[in-house]
Amino acid sequence: MAKARYYGIAAQFESPDDLMAAVRRSREAGYSRMDAYTPFPIHGLTDEMRFRDERVPLFMFLGGLIGAISGFFLQTYTNAWDYPFNVGGKPLIGYPAWVPITFECTILFSALTGVLSMIIMNGLPQPYDPMFNIPSFARASQDRFFLCIEARDPNFSPTEVTTFLETLNPLTVEAVPR
Amino acid sequence: MSSYEDLDPLPLILGDQTYSTIDEQIADVVIDQKRHNKKTWFMPIGIAFLLVNVLLVTVGWLLYQGIGIWGNNIPTAWAFDIVNFVWWIGIGHAGTLISAILLLMRQQWRNSINRFSEAMTIFAVMCAGMFPLLHTGRPWVAFYWLFPFPNILGIWPQFKSPLMWDVFAVSTYFTVSLVFWYIGLIPDFATLRDRSTNKYQKYIYAFLSLGWRGSAKHWHRYEQAYLLLAGLSTPLVLSVHSIVSFDFAVSVVPGWNITVFPPYFVAGAVFAGFAMVILLMIPVRKMYGLENIVTMKHFDWMAKITLATGLIVAYGYTLELFYGWYAGTKIEHELLTWRMDFFHKPYSWAYWMLILCNIIVPQAFWNKKCRQSYFWLILVSLSVTVGMWLERFVIIPMSLMNTYLPSSSRMYYPTIWDFSMFIGTIGFFIMMMWLFIRFLPAINVFEVKDLLHKMHVQKRTHKEEAVATTSGGTH
Amino acid sequence: MDTMDPTPKPKLDLEVVRERLSNAKGRHYWRGLEEIAETDEFKNWLDDEFPHRSTLLSIDRRSMLKYMGASLALAGLSGCRGLFLPQTKVVPYVKAPEELVYGKPLFYASIYTQGGIAKGVLVEQHEGRPTKIEGNPDHPASLGAADSFMQASILCLYDPDRAQNVTQSGDISTWETFVSAARDAMKKAGPGGVRILSESITSPSFGAEMARFQKAFPGAQWHQWEPTSQDNITRGSQLAFGRIVNTYHDFSKANVVVSLDAEFFASMPGSLAYSRQFTDGRRLEKPTKSMNRLYSFESMPTITGIYGDHRWAVRASDVENIARTIAGGVGVSVGAHGAGGVDASAINSIVDDLKKNRGSSIVIAGQHQPPVVHQICHEINAALGNVGSTVMYTEPLEVQPVVHLDSLKSLVDDMNSGKVKVLLILGANPVYTAPMDFKFADALKKVPFRAQHSLYDDETGGQCEWHLPEAHFLEAWGDARAYDGTLSIQQPLIEPLFEGRSYAEVLSALRGETTPSYDLVKSHYETGDAKVFEKEWRRWLNQGTANVPKSAKANVSPSGSIAAPTVIGQGAEIIFQLDPTIYDGRFANSGWLQELPKPVTKITWDNVVHMSPATAQSLSVTDEDTVELKFNGQSIQGAAWVTPGHPDNSFTVNLGYGRTRGGTVCEGMAEENLGGAVKRDPWGFNAYALRSSNAMDIGLGAVVQAAGGLTPIATTQIHHTMKGYDIVRSASFEKYQEDPTLKPENAEDRQELEKQSLYPDQVFSYNGPQWGMTVDLNLCTGCNACVTACQSENNIPVVGKLQVKKSRELHWIRLDRYYVADENRDDKNLANPETVFQPMMCVNCEKAPCEPVCPVAATVHSHEGLNQMVYNRCVGTRYCSNNCPYKVRRFNYLNFSDNQEQFNTQVPPAAREPKAHGIELLRMLNNPDVTVRGRGIMEKCTYCVQRINEARIEGKKLGRDPLDGEIITACQQACPTKTIVFGNIADKDSQVSKWRNDPRAYRVLEELQTRPRTSYLGKVRNQNTEISGEAGA
Repeated sequence: MAKARYYGIAAQFESPDDLMAAVRRSREAGYSRMDAYTPFPIHGLTDEMRFRDERVPLFMFLGGLIGAISGFFLQTYTNAWDYPFNVGGKPLIGYPAWVPITFECTILFSALTGVLSMIIMNGLPQPYDPMFNIPSFARASQDRFFLCIEARDPNFSPTEVTTFLETLNPLTVEAVPR
Repeated sequence: MSSYEDLDPLPLILGDQTYSTIDEQIADVVIDQKRHNKKTWFMPIGIAFLLVNVLLVTVGWLLYQGIGIWGNNIPTAWAFDIVNFVWWIGIGHAGTLISAILLLMRQQWRNSINRFSEAMTIFAVMCAGMFPLLHTGRPWVAFYWLFPFPNILGIWPQFKSPLMWDVFAVSTYFTVSLVFWYIGLIPDFATLRDRSTNKYQKYIYAFLSLGWRGSAKHWHRYEQAYLLLAGLSTPLVLSVHSIVSFDFAVSVVPGWNITVFPPYFVAGAVFAGFAMVILLMIPVRKMYGLENIVTMKHFDWMAKITLATGLIVAYGYTLELFYGWYAGTKIEHELLTWRMDFFHKPYSWAYWMLILCNIIVPQAFWNKKCRQSYFWLILVSLSVTVGMWLERFVIIPMSLMNTYLPSSSRMYYPTIWDFSMFIGTIGFFIMMMWLFIRFLPAINVFEVKDLLHKMHVQKRTHKEEAVATTSGGTH
Repeated sequence: MDTMDPTPKPKLDLEVVRERLSNAKGRHYWRGLEEIAETDEFKNWLDDEFPHRSTLLSIDRRSMLKYMGASLALAGLSGCRGLFLPQTKVVPYVKAPEELVYGKPLFYASIYTQGGIAKGVLVEQHEGRPTKIEGNPDHPASLGAADSFMQASILCLYDPDRAQNVTQSGDISTWETFVSAARDAMKKAGPGGVRILSESITSPSFGAEMARFQKAFPGAQWHQWEPTSQDNITRGSQLAFGRIVNTYHDFSKANVVVSLDAEFFASMPGSLAYSRQFTDGRRLEKPTKSMNRLYSFESMPTITGIYGDHRWAVRASDVENIARTIAGGVGVSVGAHGAGGVDASAINSIVDDLKKNRGSSIVIAGQHQPPVVHQICHEINAALGNVGSTVMYTEPLEVQPVVHLDSLKSLVDDMNSGKVKVLLILGANPVYTAPMDFKFADALKKVPFRAQHSLYDDETGGQCEWHLPEAHFLEAWGDARAYDGTLSIQQPLIEPLFEGRSYAEVLSALRGETTPSYDLVKSHYETGDAKVFEKEWRRWLNQGTANVPKSAKANVSPSGSIAAPTVIGQGAEIIFQLDPTIYDGRFANSGWLQELPKPVTKITWDNVVHMSPATAQSLSVTDEDTVELKFNGQSIQGAAWVTPGHPDNSFTVNLGYGRTRGGTVCEGMAEENLGGAVKRDPWGFNAYALRSSNAMDIGLGAVVQAAGGLTPIATTQIHHTMKGYDIVRSASFEKYQEDPTLKPENAEDRQELEKQSLYPDQVFSYNGPQWGMTVDLNLCTGCNACVTACQSENNIPVVGKLQVKKSRELHWIRLDRYYVADENRDDKNLANPETVFQPMMCVNCEKAPCEPVCPVAATVHSHEGLNQMVYNRCVGTRYCSNNCPYKVRRFNYLNFSDNQEQFNTQVPPAAREPKAHGIELLRMLNNPDVTVRGRGIMEKCTYCVQRINEARIEGKKLGRDPLDGEIITACQQACPTKTIVFGNIADKDSQVSKWRNDPRAYRVLEELQTRPRTSYLGKVRNQNTEISGEAGA
């Protein structure tokens, strides 16, 4: 069965502009399940693919919030509640002195959550991906730009997709085996 | 394709470039290890390795004998140890500044140098990190008593102490810089993975790249995270040196308790950091023929920043003098003469050397020729690097030598071990840098490609305008 | 083992030992081993690594194997014999004495003798270890105070360098061997052939023993030698009264005191009492209209002259003329004489002042002033009717009063003429201290049988075949008289650690009896019913003074005919003075005293050539420049030291340095070159090399010139003026009457300051005692007693010259000395400046800057207001020290607490071989109540928190807080002038509160808002308004 045999059909382009155009065309052609592979980020590409994901900033905000709270709590709990002592006649909760560490904790937590959420949501680390099966894909990290219309697309049929992609003046069009 | 000179007399990328030429110039430096088997790589790292051994011997002796092997005493309980610490931390700052702040300011030119300066940051912070631990009397307990974890002693660290702030600031700074650096490396690891012919190289870089495949959706999240990290690093880098300066600003020591310290220290840090970037970039650029990617324009702009921060630092010195005078207390006046009276006070030479190195010499950068000549770039950078070390020397031991009660003022003299410790860390720093150049892409591949792409676009629009005007003429 | 063994001795045949060991089995094995261990040879062999061998090289492979084999045996042996090998007799309690409570110290009364004269001490003892020496309040010579010498003598007890065994030419021998050898020699010696040379001795029981000895050996002569110029006083009294009497003073009745180069606060047998009596006349606790007054004419500035109200810097050789002028003024007929370089009007007003105070004044001369000056003083005091009220005469304290110089001279002559066959030296070190023109060492070589019995095997020991270990005064019984003739019993606290014996024991042993010192002393006083006496005896020991008549009052009146002026030549003047910290050199092996800063110059570990600023300028030298000092055809090199207040064209050198033998500490800096050969470079220079019998104290015709180069000197203070800060407040008595606060114009108002603080005034409010301290600078003489007391109480290590030079000394009390530059004079009067002392220790700020900066909470505040140092928690960031405005925190940069050579070596301590039982001995000295600080730890004054806790526990038992005066800090206790008061400032009636609220009270650097718990009271000088300001004080 086709869906079983293919992960998708990939077209290779020479320049970002060709890729951009191709993405626009294939969306207009009604394809929704596609992904592009580029050596560097190309702005507007995901918009063309109608793909948005705003969760990373959210997680980073929450991480920062937790960091701030835990930083302040750590200092207050340890120095004012758990083991209080008179240090130079200063008040036990010397909140002005708490500021630097609270701040640093905010940054640290926020940064780490940001990075981790990014990596996890990208499904990394991922040693294997079907795209690696096409030999020329090695250049996706160098100087070629790929568009892959995936088999899980409702309108997917190998022949149609192949012919469609041929029309976008690609360098090559290859089936991506599973 | 014609090159970009006609567009901009001093473009950021020289020559007729395509994405693959970029790869050849940057990535293949790492892929083709044979390129390193030459004196220019072995000589520096050889010397650096010797210095690292000096460091090891010093640290061994230090742990065996105690910090009495240094010249520190009462009242001068902090000297070279903390001077070096602050100096290294300062040097680190340029990296984060370039990679984060310039990114936020959409400064394209940073793309060619940020990877390199981030590496510098990380190694500099490593060097800096040695001192706060080793300068303590009992490192074997200091290294864990300074961290808040529930322990059998039932005691916690004392969070009102600026030294605790240091611990958190420096460790956060190191962690975030490292993460930031690695994130930036992931796509480049992918590139290396795909370009490398050697099986082992392939495995290693494949492992490091986490299986990155450049998916647009990944890029989407990637850029969000990267940008926000930059947004976080910016206040972080400002906070770190501010907190380091709190070590002094919070105290009652005359010459330390000055409110201008935080901004003045941060500026000084950037000042020293850029000098160090210039200093290291010049030889690397020559060694690996990166002239097309790290151009004179980059040096020109780095020189400008050095000049600017240098002026801020000069302002800081002026304020120090002003406070000394305006405080109106005898002790502050004492301090001024102690620092400045060239003919009677033993260490005043340090102060005037510092003025020379940090204020007078950098003025050369007003001149475009100096900003674009190797000789002047190296001269000024060296003098700034020395000057910033002297600044910390003037601030730390020299202030301590001058005490409230005249009876307790005593002289401080460094010993051979003070110097060997310092030289050793320099060796460590250089060794790490050279290893970095050999095994990791010293320039951010994908961002340079991005830059190239943008320049294509720029160029095309420019051409179209040109065509439009000419065709309009024919009608 | 620098000298080879002249007489062949039975060597231990190790082959035999090995056979015996191999044959012996089980219990036999051990018994066998102990049998061997009992033989002297084996003891010797145990004790020194390479018996009867001069160097390692002379050991061949086979014998090396033997030693290794037998050292196994030794390991087993030491295992079952404890740490101290057989020669020591320290044993843990088998049956504890009934009064002992473990963990609680016991105190025993005893006496400490210096120059034969006694000062009463209380010795603190922990589980049988003496750990600290304090003054005995019931003893007239100490009145509860203790000077540095007394307190440091405890270190000598545990000094690993002390002579431990009887040695013959460097090899270990035994008392038995010595006694038999000595007795043979003495029998052969014939009449006059036997000589005893001792230091001056006031012990009646020793006198009796000596008499018995002289009966047993007819013609045996007793010579005495002290290098400390007691002779001038002795001769002075001979001149005045035709006989030797003992003079002492009562300063409590004196309103006017004129000191003719006399340092009666420090260098006299009665100094502790004198300090107390004199300063009692200056206490300002309640408003007073009168105050006693001290005029001093001084050469080298001393704490006495500095303390006084008027001070003239005059050459020591001019003092005689001044004395004559004053004498003439009070109506004593004196011959023609010069003026002495002090303007007549000043002297006249002094004379008037004296005349106004007939019967309540003192004129006193320094012991290094020539006899005639002492005679003049006797005359003046008689003319002023002071005798009986402020000046007292008794029969001599010594058992056999002699002029030491003559006594020594006769001995040397007899030695040269070969009359002396047997010489036994008790304690003295004449090879080092005798006048150089006596050439004592050469004469000594002519004596066939010579032995020295002393604490250290010193220069003299090196010239004697036999050296005998002397018992430390805490190890043997004895008795001695105090400065006023009071007799006390010297009570030991511990069995001799080594083979030491007392002088008397040695003599009795030589007589053929082996009477223990206890019987020798007790039998001397035992009278009537034994039971009754036993009670009496116990009372004597308990109170520390014996109820036997003092030395009888001597009814003498001066002859009135004053000797002719002493002429001692022309030219620049050289003054030989005892060193303020190591005396005549006998304390040179005491790290505590070596490192104790000299009171005025703050120099440690060295002696220097003191000269006035003007003289230094004319020689174009400054501090630490090496100068060559020529005198009597001899020449030495030393460091120049510019000493404000020193007279011009005059040079003062301190005796006691340049020691070449007598312990690792005194022999100077060790430089171990490859191969382990140790070269030692002595501290300072040996001033005795210039000192001849005709110029023992003052000589004219010295030549000093720059020799080029530097001689590094470790001093603890390099800035000498207050630079106009409000640190030490001082004012004249008149100004005090007007404004008792003594506040300078620039001083800020405390109430105002306290309003400025950003923080709430009292964040923490505690009930219960709040500890505080007050120091009355008006009473402080700067005598250093507190510094040594602190060192002894708080286990403060010695760091050595190199480290002091690096400014790492660990003294918790820094006795600051400031010159008050007189702004009204163009030369700022630094030629003879007003000088003040200020003991500066941790002031326990209520808002301590050191606390918030510590990252690990190693220094925090207690609920009783103490700024506590938690040693175990300290990681050593040293931030607290940086942030301490008073810089009273000290840091262990190296492992100072475990050093045995006081770090006087180029070899890093950790890399050095430990000396045999060196550190174990020194550890016995530690106060068990105080943590011993290791390397990398910050330390500081804690107000003797261990004593506070002790008192609190005692109080808890009785259900109350400690009462006022129950807690006495170590410094407060040792202080001769009761300068320091400690107590509860929350209790308004406590003495410390009263002092704290005294108008003179102020706190140092209070503008920093640190709220110190230690306050200081300003100094008041009672200057004579008739005298123009040119005499500083």
